[in-house]
Amino acid sequence: MSYFSDIYKGIKTLLNGMSVTGKYFLTSRKGAITQQYPDNRDTLKMFERFRGEVVMPHDENNEHQCTGCQKCEIACPNGSIEIIWDRGIDETTGKKKKKIDKHIYHLGLCTMCGLCIEACPTDAIVWAQNYENAVYDRTQLTKVLNEPGSKVKAGIED
Amino acid sequence: MFRLIIQYWSSVISLPSSVFGPRSLNITKTIEDWLVSVMPEGAASIVAMVLVALIYLGIFAVAGLYLVLLERKVAAWFQLRIGPNRVGPLGLLQTMADALKLVSKELTGTVKADKFLYNLAPYFVIISSLMALAVFPFTQEFQAFDINIGILFLIAISSIGVIGILLGGWSSNNKFALIGAMRSGVQTISYELSIGLSLLTMVLITGSLQLSEIVEVQKSGWLIVQGHIPAIIAFMIYMIAGTAETNRAPFDMVEAESELGAGFHTEYSGMKFAYFFLAEFINMFIIAAIATTVFFGAWLSPFGITESIPWLGVFWFLTKTLVLVFLMMWFRWTFPRLRIDQLLTLEWKYLLPINLVNIVIMALIVWLNMTIQF
Ligand code: SF4
Ligand code: SF4
Repeated sequence: MSYFSDIYKGIKTLLNGMSVTGKYFLTSRKGAITQQYPDNRDTLKMFERFRGEVVMPHDENNEHQCTGCQKCEIACPNGSIEIIWDRGIDETTGKKKKKIDKHIYHLGLCTMCGLCIEACPTDAIVWAQNYENAVYDRTQLTKVLNEPGSKVKAGIED
Repeated sequence: MFRLIIQYWSSVISLPSSVFGPRSLNITKTIEDWLVSVMPEGAASIVAMVLVALIYLGIFAVAGLYLVLLERKVAAWFQLRIGPNRVGPLGLLQTMADALKLVSKELTGTVKADKFLYNLAPYFVIISSLMALAVFPFTQEFQAFDINIGILFLIAISSIGVIGILLGGWSSNNKFALIGAMRSGVQTISYELSIGLSLLTMVLITGSLQLSEIVEVQKSGWLIVQGHIPAIIAFMIYMIAGTAETNRAPFDMVEAESELGAGFHTEYSGMKFAYFFLAEFINMFIIAAIATTVFFGAWLSPFGITESIPWLGVFWFLTKTLVLVFLMMWFRWTFPRLRIDQLLTLEWKYLLPINLVNIVIMALIVWLNMTIQF
């Protein structure tokens, strides 16, 4: 007898599905999720979780949180991150300490997987929300994330 | 079938006044009368036929394009999107622009393809769709070709399309196209049975295959009301099988982006591809139009409210057809597609047995006079 109950269940679930999409159909013109992109360029807000490119935020004293641990470089599956580092003298302790010279990020190679951001122990790098990344020359896609003259924020390593 | 057509045409040539059968198209009659006054009768009837053909071709090429637009809009609304809205007001000229683009594209082909069959296939598909349109009674007068085996003609014509698909897939000399064509063949041939049997169920009530007569019977209640329970079952089966016939989702086994490319039309480009595409949409219209004629009283208005204004029949016919077209779009954008074995199980294990039992029930109902008539 499962033959007939199969038919009944089949019809019931199909109608169920149709009622869901039917509701969408009736309400879609008010709640359309499409963005009319080039038109609303000025007002368009990207979502929190959108992955535009990897950036390194700097505070007002031109300080970032990157300690040069290279965990992001190791985490990246396709080598989009290169860290050029050096040893400098720490002002407070007077000891030698590792610090970044250049945190190089190749946007052109990045797959936006987010592993580098997961790997960073000090949350030095985050996702930016920009979405117009097209350029005419691919060398412009190689970016240095730390700004010139910036240094690591005090107390990050402790 | 062929004998009938030959008989028909020979009668046309000898008796020009009966070109469009006993209840001929008024508009063409006036054209024909005028033509007869300027040229000999035989020539006049041929010119009239060519004119009607051109008018139908024009109307349905444009209608097909707008069906494509409708599909895209409806799909967008089901998916909470906006849909095409750039070309022309509200995007109304979008598909026209697409058609222009397709016309201007290069027609590519493969070197080892069977050139003759390869080029023939798209025309097979589109011509068989367009031929079916001739028999629909859009109003009492607006029917190009009132043949007395209308339903049989429709079933026969709609199965020619699959030959075009098989030819296209075979002659492309490409394994993806071939597999796509085979899957289409399996599907269309299986579901043809259900279409035929469900229409046959309704023919039991009308007792005639002629479309104008089927409409006549429905003046005392649309067939879906007259035949009540078995008619509703037949309608459901018809809609399922009809969706499968047109190769639309959830029955779009013909193409598969991941493993088959575009299926049987992988090797076609530009306008030849567009013929396949347009044919799919015209076929959808045809399936809905057959359902309108056989289940929902064609051009008859509900409760005869516009009986006195016959030309409103076109409005009623198109409204009913578009509602059914919308239903098919609703299926497409709701249901996940079936696997090939599920597809065959549905047809051979469910639809066919139900259909056969349904015919017996319908026969009993007609025999015992249990149909509902007003
Ligand atoms: S998001 Fe992924 S691919 Fe891009 S830089 Fe980070 S780890 Fe590498
Ligand atoms: S960005 Fe984070 S993970 Fe990468 S080197 Fe700097 S601190 Fe380490």
